Amino acid sequence: MATAVQTVERENYLNSNYGIKSWLLTTDHKRIAILYLISITAMFWIGGFFAMMIRLELLTPAGDLVSSDTYNKLFTMHGIIMVFFFLIPSVPAVLGNFLIPLMVGAKDLAFPRVNLLSWYLYIIGGSTALVAMVTGGVDTGWTFYTPFSTTYSNTHVIGAAVGIFITGFSSILTGLNFIVTIHRMRAPGLTWRRLPLFCWSNYAAALIMILGTPVIAITLLLVAFERAFHIGVFNPALGGDPLLFQHLFWFYSHPAVYIMILPGMGVISEIITCFSRKRVFGYEFVALASIAIAVLGFLVWAHHMFVAGISVYAALVFSLLSYLVAIPSAVKVFNWTATLYKGSIRYETPMLYAFGFIGLFTIGGLTGVFLASLGLDVHVTDTYFVVAHFHYVMVGGMVMAYMAGLHFWWPKMTGRMYPEAWAKLSALLVFVGFNTTFFPQFILGYMGSPRRYHAYPPEFQVLNVLSTAGASILAVGYVLPMIYFTWSLRYGEPAGPNPYNAVGLEWMTQSPPPTHNFDETPVVTWEAYDYEHQPQEEVTVGHE
Amino acid sequence: MANHTEHPDYVGHLIPAKLYYVIWAILMVGTAITVFAATVELGVFNIVVALVIATIKGTLVVLFFMHLRYSDKLTMVTVVASIFWLFILFSLTMTDYISRAWSTYSGH
Amino acid sequence: MATSEIQVAERALQHHFADMEQQKETSTFGMWMFLLTEIMFFGGLFCAYLVYRASYYQAFVEGSQKMNIWLGATNTAVLICSSLTMALGVRAAQMAKPKLMIVLLLITIVFGFGFLGIKAVEYHEHWVNHEFPGPNFHFETGDPAHPPTDPQHTQIYFSLYWAMTGLHALHMIIGVGLVTWIVIVGWMGAFTPEYYNPVENVGLYWHFVDLVWIYLFPLLYLISKKHGG
Repeated sequence: MATAVQTVERENYLNSNYGIKSWLLTTDHKRIAILYLISITAMFWIGGFFAMMIRLELLTPAGDLVSSDTYNKLFTMHGIIMVFFFLIPSVPAVLGNFLIPLMVGAKDLAFPRVNLLSWYLYIIGGSTALVAMVTGGVDTGWTFYTPFSTTYSNTHVIGAAVGIFITGFSSILTGLNFIVTIHRMRAPGLTWRRLPLFCWSNYAAALIMILGTPVIAITLLLVAFERAFHIGVFNPALGGDPLLFQHLFWFYSHPAVYIMILPGMGVISEIITCFSRKRVFGYEFVALASIAIAVLGFLVWAHHMFVAGISVYAALVFSLLSYLVAIPSAVKVFNWTATLYKGSIRYETPMLYAFGFIGLFTIGGLTGVFLASLGLDVHVTDTYFVVAHFHYVMVGGMVMAYMAGLHFWWPKMTGRMYPEAWAKLSALLVFVGFNTTFFPQFILGYMGSPRRYHAYPPEFQVLNVLSTAGASILAVGYVLPMIYFTWSLRYGEPAGPNPYNAVGLEWMTQSPPPTHNFDETPVVTWEAYDYEHQPQEEVTVGHE
Repeated sequence: MANHTEHPDYVGHLIPAKLYYVIWAILMVGTAITVFAATVELGVFNIVVALVIATIKGTLVVLFFMHLRYSDKLTMVTVVASIFWLFILFSLTMTDYISRAWSTYSGH
Repeated sequence: MATSEIQVAERALQHHFADMEQQKETSTFGMWMFLLTEIMFFGGLFCAYLVYRASYYQAFVEGSQKMNIWLGATNTAVLICSSLTMALGVRAAQMAKPKLMIVLLLITIVFGFGFLGIKAVEYHEHWVNHEFPGPNFHFETGDPAHPPTDPQHTQIYFSLYWAMTGLHALHMIIGVGLVTWIVIVGWMGAFTPEYYNPVENVGLYWHFVDLVWIYLFPLLYLISKKHGG
């Protein structure tokens, strides 16, 4: 029923306090999650705008929509915003912040004020980067390779670098909070083996956040100093080594992609188990695979530098290690599949996104293994093959996982159900649009079409037009949830505490939760995903 | 609770002040040794000696001044992890720099 | 425990913790985690140092010989003394001796300023000798018999010197600020044997900054004494 349902609202974290100050000075992890939700969504659309401009330019072989300098700025800003201001914070800052205290049975994260500081740092860093973009842009690529970024570029490199530096500390503090919370604030009875896999994944991602982010922070600081004071640490004309920049940059930026994907994998674990009504197959393996990805992910960074001039012997080492890092990801995919086997599958929207994730992440991940091969990488590096690879894992994987998680926990966060039919339609549009956009790019790249070029030979036009058409469909698939989620805040069916009949502490409190999360500290006596003992009831809310 | 003017009511492990003074003295002596060792020409061992002394000093600071000796295992794991991760950064980066001069085609 | 201490402890217990012990363990673990990130933060600079020193050793030797060993060694000693007074100060807080704690922390602050003062003297010296990297960099070994072998890479040495000691000095300034805050709050009676974790945590930070210097000193000042110096 689409009418605004009049109910007597119990006190919850949304209505306990009104006024802008109660939001901007909150230390409630749930409110901070909502603050992040709004800011991250805004960043997504700004990054998406740059993507739209890129795809519009690439409709025609000639560089006719924008100049090459402008095009350089477009893909740079698309990359910076999407990587640093959307993908890295998305699941941890929105879903992690909201759910981890609930999932461990705590009243809040370990350091609530630090959590708020984290959001402010994100806002300040994001604003700084946006100002740099609006007042002239950055054209170095999100990778800031030297000496172009330190010496020769005439754009706002320092502003962008400082913005990312500040936001890096936001990420570090979030990771710190998660690790300490999961170690020190679990409810009685909640052993590590009973911990939801969403917590394991965010824990692993948090490890990467605290170990890797400081290195890119100091590296970007050096870039800024080099630019400001004409020092030459990375400038070959002054005795420096540009490859040192790349080593230090990728030491973080490769593990960063695991910061992005691990929380998404955690979401998928939660959803698959709930909508198959089965315990995750090989729980311990999935948990340890998360840690393995975090650790191994730090050992592979120079696969981004295979053709940059590193020694071939180092390249061999990194190539071998890069093959290894695929293994724990594969373990997870196999375990999810085994969870589905003989499960009682329901095709709610979160599950549709999860299916999409498994398929698309597998394709993206496998193409990553291709890229780990030195011989193949020489052929396809810096082509659209690489672009397609990382969009498959990041958008086909990570963004789908984020959408899955938003849908799954939307009733918990807002107390309302979204309209299921529209949600399913959007999921379908996203899947079709995504594949139409990015599959042609594998072909383009393999045929030799280079990335970061605003013009291309005419024989590549058909695939480019197909790609742009797909992007339009994808955009619609993302716009629709914006509309119906907003609609649901007022007109959505009220959701009870557990509309999907899921197992987990977060489902054992009301929707939306009260400020203090639980009326009494829960005591956990059941194993994780104990669906055998969870009564299966018909899901009755939220269907049109 | 005991009246703490007569019975100090401290929480956690109270390290005797004397131990701190001993550690301080070792650190000062270690500094002197480091400076002296730098005046002696030891070739490639200069850096080894310097780093060994620095590591001993650092270990004492971490164990005693920072109370790692009296802390729980999780803290110890944290410290070890940080050293290990630094080691990853240094060693894997150096695989590139050390081996760049090795040539595949003209022999070394 | 006297009533006022109970009140301090109750006020100090944050609502999302079950008891003071959980709060203390959590906050200390949080500080160690933060120090882990600081190790990686400095680690990037140490990595750059390692790479360039390995490749351009002679240039680094020559740069290092322009450092004033005595000022550097004095600074090392100053920091070690400050770590002693800091550790004793934490201990005083633990033993419910707030006045002693304040005295010890004030001495720590004095040592901190001492370090920064000596550093400022050194920086001034290097600045007037054109040993700051950039367009005005000009390197002289100071020994006419041994002209600079590789001034371009000695400039890199100096870039790292200024970056590493500068970052360290910034952390010292922050540390002095933190210790000052503890002194002020401690003067107002905030700390008891049950609640002194802020003192302990600031102590951890202070010792960490000392630890970084313990490595910086030999790496930057004591590379080699060949060719005099």
